[in-house]
Amino acid sequence: MDYNILIGGAAGQGVETLSSVFEKVLQRNGFKVFSIRDYMSRVRGGHNFVQIRFGDQELFSHADELDGIIALNEETVDLHIGRLKADGFVICDKQVAHADDRVMALPLMEVARRVGNARVSGSAALGAALALLGISATEVEAVYSKIFRPDIARQNAEAVLEGSKLVQPRYNLSLPGDNLSLPKNSLSLPKEGENILINGNQAIALGALAAGCKFYSAYPMTPSTSIMNYLASKMMDAEIVVEQAEDEIAAINMAIGASYAGARAMTGTSGGGFSLMVEGLGLAGMLEVPLVIAEVQRPGPVTGFPTRTEQGDLKFVISASQGEFPRMVIAPRNAEDAFYQTVRAFNLADKYQIPVILLSDQFLADSTVTIKPFDFDGIRHERYITHTVEDKPYKRYKITPTGVSPRVIPGKIPGVTVLVDSDEHDEYGHITESADVRQQMVDKRLRKLEYLKQELQEPWFLGDDDFDVLILAWGSTWGPLAEAVSMLNSGQRTRYAALVFGDVWPLPTKVLVEKAKKAKKIINVEQNATGQLASLVAEVAGIFCDFSVLKYDGRPMSPRYIFEKVREKE
Amino acid sequence: MSNTNYVILETAWCPGCGNFNILEALKNALEILGKKPHEVLIVGGIGQAAKTPQYINTNGFCGLHGRALPAAVGAKMVNKDLTVIVHTGDGDSYGEGGNHFIHNIRRNVDITHFVHDNQIYGLTKGQASPTTDLGHVTEVQVAGNINPPLNPVLLAIALGAGFVARAFSGDKEHLTSIMVEAIKHKGYSLVDILQPCVSFNKVNTFQWYSKRVYKLDESYDPTDKLKAMEKAMEWGDRIPIGIIYREEKPTYCDKIEFLREGPALIDRPVDIQKIKGYLNDFI
Repeated sequence: MDYNILIGGAAGQGVETLSSVFEKVLQRNGFKVFSIRDYMSRVRGGHNFVQIRFGDQELFSHADELDGIIALNEETVDLHIGRLKADGFVICDKQVAHADDRVMALPLMEVARRVGNARVSGSAALGAALALLGISATEVEAVYSKIFRPDIARQNAEAVLEGSKLVQPRYNLSLPGDNLSLPKNSLSLPKEGENILINGNQAIALGALAAGCKFYSAYPMTPSTSIMNYLASKMMDAEIVVEQAEDEIAAINMAIGASYAGARAMTGTSGGGFSLMVEGLGLAGMLEVPLVIAEVQRPGPVTGFPTRTEQGDLKFVISASQGEFPRMVIAPRNAEDAFYQTVRAFNLADKYQIPVILLSDQFLADSTVTIKPFDFDGIRHERYITHTVEDKPYKRYKITPTGVSPRVIPGKIPGVTVLVDSDEHDEYGHITESADVRQQMVDKRLRKLEYLKQELQEPWFLGDDDFDVLILAWGSTWGPLAEAVSMLNSGQRTRYAALVFGDVWPLPTKVLVEKAKKAKKIINVEQNATGQLASLVAEVAGIFCDFSVLKYDGRPMSPRYIFEKVREKE
Repeated sequence: MSNTNYVILETAWCPGCGNFNILEALKNALEILGKKPHEVLIVGGIGQAAKTPQYINTNGFCGLHGRALPAAVGAKMVNKDLTVIVHTGDGDSYGEGGNHFIHNIRRNVDITHFVHDNQIYGLTKGQASPTTDLGHVTEVQVAGNINPPLNPVLLAIALGAGFVARAFSGDKEHLTSIMVEAIKHKGYSLVDILQPCVSFNKVNTFQWYSKRVYKLDESYDPTDKLKAMEKAMEWGDRIPIGIIYREEKPTYCDKIEFLREGPALIDRPVDIQKIKGYLNDFI
């Protein structure tokens, strides 16, 4: 079972609220959800939509074909009816004139007026959709009461009820089991077997909290801002400083200051803000201060396509800032991966005293997905902090076999002071002009990269070992690709498999080399125009892709898109 | 006064540089306040003044040009037990770091900002800084500086800084006493320290400053904001030094309960079970 509903309207019409209520109701009815958000860079007007796909099996991606449209304005019908299945439906107000017989023009505004709040017509539409789909609306009021004050929640719930009376059930989608009877105590944790509904940015934010992050400084930038929003909502309870900086340069330097002083610290931005942070990235590398940075990509250069998706920053991020120093770049592949990789990023940053960048994108950031609750019990905070010092005076940059020097937190050992310097420095942190010391320090810093390589996680493998064609991808492309590989392998002679990289810098090559040897053809699938992963793979492993499937229109690739583009080249 | 606790190696400053006196005054001030080296963090940006952390035995952070303030407030927010002092120059503080100067006055984190203001760029060899006087001829401003100087003292008062002072490197004792007061002040405190650059500023010399500066006496009331702004605008033949403006106001940490109460943030364990409870937001 797999259905796909689009909710659309102008900015300010409540598309986002309605969609998140619909998602939560689906979730509470036991469905698995995957939804994407398509919004414009404006506060009012324009056209925004959310596509909510749901079913009884785990979903990894969005789909193109629609089973239903909830249209809060006429434009939504015009723009999307071309993707509606022959037996699909459109729910809209009766003022919307449309000749297509799939359009159900209902007195939604009248219902809203009757309920006494003109703004609840969307909830009437939701009620009609739930009734049509045969999905219980029992959970609606509970969900509304989490976001609205009681009287507004009640009006919305009433509109849902009234809306449901406007249509006859056409589908019967309720799932077996007793999901509905589960009491949803607002203080309880997810129960055994119960899932969570979360997006990529929320997963990163929760991962940061789980990792013990105590300091987050950032400047708002779409699509990264919701990381800061979630952390800010927990600021007082979790005792984490969340500071809105005056610019991205301040954001990264504040985080470096906080990390130097001993807190786990993080900053987040998108490509434009990251461009401003680049010198700070080098500072973290030179000072050997641990730092986690979330770079949530959107199409560039510069302002680009503010609310849309791309994987265009890979080669920039792995080489940003002048000079040579170790860093790690991890591209989370889905919300679950985003959570665990964020925790891992903090541990690796501390262990190697380096900046670690989480390279996400708008598609992952804003896609909501049903997944298992995260395992908090397995989380370890590995700080690698020294409480005793052998050398007097203390050598912050002591030359060691691994390149990692014992780290003391300033102020924590009486008589011991910690000196760090952006100038080339000696073991004590003092400025040096010595050629020998310079060479020793470059070697020391780069040695950390060699040890870091032992920690790399190989890419995820999709498909079976008897493949003909190997697809290479990275980050959030995993979701659509996972479904595309199944589609490609159903009933075809050519067998496909894929490697999806999470660790992208340093690039793990062991499995890549193994699989590439067996491949008759190699294809890279990326959400960018120049095939940046393919170029990196060629540089690092000497492996060349035969052709590319690329998309750079700002809209995420669907499984069908990948399927068709790969087939074209067969 | 002995300040052996803080003594460290030789400097890269020119003989006769005002930085020597500022460094001595700083060491004296820390001694007077009874601060131990490991309890103090000195943050610099880039420039000759910003090398201060190199020449004193305290915790030191030599960061990026113009970015000393963000790093300093980040450190203070997570460890309120550290005494955090920023040492930078006029170029670093008011030029490259101008945006941070403005917004950290608004934040009012409990740090102290000592600006070595020699009205010139020293490290890059003599270009105009934001505080260079009109008409000052340099290798870049060949026809004389045409951009009027920024008045950091007036700007800081206008932005609501709770402690704003001007001092002169040539009067070490007076400078020390102002440094002591500035470090003791709860919240952001600015001391703009007039200082000759013997190599690159042939206009604002030791003699130039010596002839002009005068100390504010006890008849001056530093709590009157309008008077203070008037005093801040005094520049030319007579330049006042001393505490120009002071006002007690809640600091950044005072305004956030979990920072105000209890131990420093870095000394608190993470309650993982509490974080686990946030899963409830996603059902």
